[in-house]
Amino acid sequence: MSLPFVILALLTAAAAMGAMSLRPLVHCVLALVVSLSGLACLYLQLGAQFAGFAQLLVYIGAVGILIVFAVLLTRGDAMPPRRSLVQGRVFGLGVAVSVLGVLVWAISRSCLMSPTLPPAPVATVEQIGDALMTRFVLPLELVGLLLTAALMGSVMIAMQEGEDK
Amino acid sequence: MIDALDQIFVAAKHRLMEPVPSRWQPLVSALLSIVPLLMVFPGLFALTTLLERKGLGRIQNRHGPNRVGPWGVLQPVADGLKTLTKENVVPRGAAPFIHFLAPVVLVIVSFLVYAVLPLGRNMVAVDLDAGVLFFFAVGTAAELAVFMAGWASRNKYSLLGAMRAIAQMISYEIPLILSAVTVVMVTGSLSTVRIVEAQAEYTGWIPHWFVMQPWGLAGFILFLISATAESNRSPFDLPEGESEIIAGYYIEYSGFKFALFFLAEYLGLFAVSGMAITLFLGGWHAPAPWLEFIPSWACFFVKLLALIALFIWGRGTLPRFRQDQLMEFSWKFMIPMALVNLVSAALWQLMDCGPERWLVSFLLIATPYLLLGRSLFERNQFFKRTYRFAG
Repeated sequence: MSLPFVILALLTAAAAMGAMSLRPLVHCVLALVVSLSGLACLYLQLGAQFAGFAQLLVYIGAVGILIVFAVLLTRGDAMPPRRSLVQGRVFGLGVAVSVLGVLVWAISRSCLMSPTLPPAPVATVEQIGDALMTRFVLPLELVGLLLTAALMGSVMIAMQEGEDK
Repeated sequence: MIDALDQIFVAAKHRLMEPVPSRWQPLVSALLSIVPLLMVFPGLFALTTLLERKGLGRIQNRHGPNRVGPWGVLQPVADGLKTLTKENVVPRGAAPFIHFLAPVVLVIVSFLVYAVLPLGRNMVAVDLDAGVLFFFAVGTAAELAVFMAGWASRNKYSLLGAMRAIAQMISYEIPLILSAVTVVMVTGSLSTVRIVEAQAEYTGWIPHWFVMQPWGLAGFILFLISATAESNRSPFDLPEGESEIIAGYYIEYSGFKFALFFLAEYLGLFAVSGMAITLFLGGWHAPAPWLEFIPSWACFFVKLLALIALFIWGRGTLPRFRQDQLMEFSWKFMIPMALVNLVSAALWQLMDCGPERWLVSFLLIATPYLLLGRSLFERNQFFKRTYRFAG
């Protein structure tokens, strides 16, 4: 493990914990954003440039801002009561343990545990673009269609609310 | 001689690197690439504040600053000293950590994007494979910093300013990126260095810059308008709107933090102008073959100063938008035009060289422009505004 990896991993994990446990909602959002950008940096450290920048663009530029907007337009920055953080502790523990189990199972079966690592694949941005436009063009179009449908749905909901006033 | 002057900074870096032991070379090399950026662009910021105040003054028929030093040239120094010595006031209700963090994040993000701008031949801090993507991906973090500033100040005007700023930045980011995509499509590369290389040739005296082609000209204009909106400059300065919400998201900042916001705003402007130059104006290439003796970095900075002059001119002459006009302009005009421009660039790339492709590309942009403009103009019924409480 290299030093940059340790720093980034600690930052990502600490920010993820902050996103769950901080009290003001906006602080949680900002901690989540830090965690997501830490993940993007980890991608970059692994040499996956396109995935890292796409993560930054999509999760910080779009998702982060969207959550901020949602928080501001609905609840404002009112502090949630302390109690809500403690509820469902047993259930949460169950979910956490099962996720850990699945991860351990997946990692133990993957090629990471074999003594000889396969050579790292080199994927340039051009190759990714080629693959998206030829082999995976149908999934790409479907994602576009899905997002358009989501956009139209949200516009419909927003317009109905406007008429009620 | 000409080559030596062109490569003077690259050569200086190599000279400085020679005595460094090989173990420290990556670190020293990175420092030698970064530190000049950190010095030159804030310097340009100081110069631009002076030029802007002088230029605006002339446009508004007054002198502008003329008391500090000869012709007021030392005004930026006085401004800097003033902001440094001012008291740092943090509102009692503010979230102190985020309030402190917001300007810092904003300045860091504004500096990061300079990493991929080619300032001259062989003069780019990192030649990333996905340079253009990096530029826009990092730039989006500025929106979050603006939100942090607006929210942490716990002031309704700041929050209003931040909401305006985010809404505006999201709306204009789409035409900004879509107009940049045309260039990526035609060159087939996301690397800023290769995009500049693709514009290197000349036909007679005319350079092969992308702005010289129909789709490129439309893309450049769209990019420039969106860039003005992205950097919150007049006529898109609603997030700051001094006369409406006092100063928007940085109303509760004083002293040097306020100066940092100012610095970040101008750094963002320079960066996005640099990107416009890289994408459409041939980067560091000279505008004509007989001007190639000019060092490449000088070409870049002359173009940058010309764009800055354009922005100052725009600020001095155009009135501010209204919020609904701002949104309408982006969603009903800029984005459809950017999409049409994308199709036009694709056809340009697919058709053979010749007058037909000029005609097709031109018609494909001009017709929607006229139709869209007409229909939007007709739908707006202009009438004298009446106010309920004012004359």
